[in-house]
Amino acid sequence: MKPSAKKIALLGLCTAIAMVFAWIESLLPPLVAAVPGIKLGLPNIVIVFVLYRFGWREAASVSFVRIVAVSLLFGNPVTIAYSLAGGFLSLLGMTLLKKTDLLSTTGVSVAGGVLHNAGQILMAMLIMSTAGLGYYFIILAVTGTVSGIFVGLCGGFAVRRVRIR
Amino acid sequence: MDQNQNIPTPASPDGRGDHQGKDVRRGRNDIIFISALLLILAIIGLGFFLFRKEGSSVTVEVGGQVYGEYSLSRDTVVDIATGDGELNRLVIRDGKAFVETATCPDGICVGHRPISRMGESIVCLPHQIVITVTDGVDEGPDIVV
Ligand SMILES: [Zn+2]
Repeated sequence: MKPSAKKIALLGLCTAIAMVFAWIESLLPPLVAAVPGIKLGLPNIVIVFVLYRFGWREAASVSFVRIVAVSLLFGNPVTIAYSLAGGFLSLLGMTLLKKTDLLSTTGVSVAGGVLHNAGQILMAMLIMSTAGLGYYFIILAVTGTVSGIFVGLCGGFAVRRVRIR
Repeated sequence: MDQNQNIPTPASPDGRGDHQGKDVRRGRNDIIFISALLLILAIIGLGFFLFRKEGSSVTVEVGGQVYGEYSLSRDTVVDIATGDGELNRLVIRDGKAFVETATCPDGICVGHRPISRMGESIVCLPHQIVITVTDGVDEGPDIVV
């Protein structure tokens, strides 16, 4: 099946919005100064939207392009590994949970938020070859849950209300 | 493009009742899922807290600057001088560190129980002293995105 030009344009627009969200987030002061890595996850609103409206392949494309582009533009290229690990694990979990049809976008995106942080921690353990990040994971898992609720509510709202014609 | 069937569209009122029932069930599942998740995290966190491993040394910081690092395996007495005759006496005995005497007004640091597990700390706010148990290796996670 050949993707239509309209679909490609829409996904490009979603990618751009996700990048703007990531940029806005990078301008905000850290939510908890003592613990790096705690973020609201604004770009994930777009990922949830694309996952529900188009599918996991489209969400993966948007997520991948967004992470690589943002890391190259505003961030440190070294952080690509962290972000990709987080983005991959998050989307994998959300896709599987969505298939079960047991949870709403809120529950699905909470799992995504926690797994996003889990992926980053696992990659950090791999890169720094240390297992001493367990504590840090607990903190990030709790904050990932809270931001996941926020992202899920926003994403669910977008899925219901944004009309594509 | 193919629209997802799970999305309730406001334009189709005939299918709404069914969707709303499903939404309520999903919402209830959400709450159960999130509660279970937080409970599991709390249990793991508590486990981490209770079974923290013993540290090998304490790091003393004064006003954010490292003042010194002392091994927990050797009994010592360290007088932390912060100027103007102010003094906190740090004692390391039997693998535990505690503040024996201090000239600070509140004496909270003196009242603190001895510390020996990773991450535990004694703080003296008036003198800006932080004594933290470490394992001698400085590992700060640095995750940005
Ligand atoms: Zn004191």
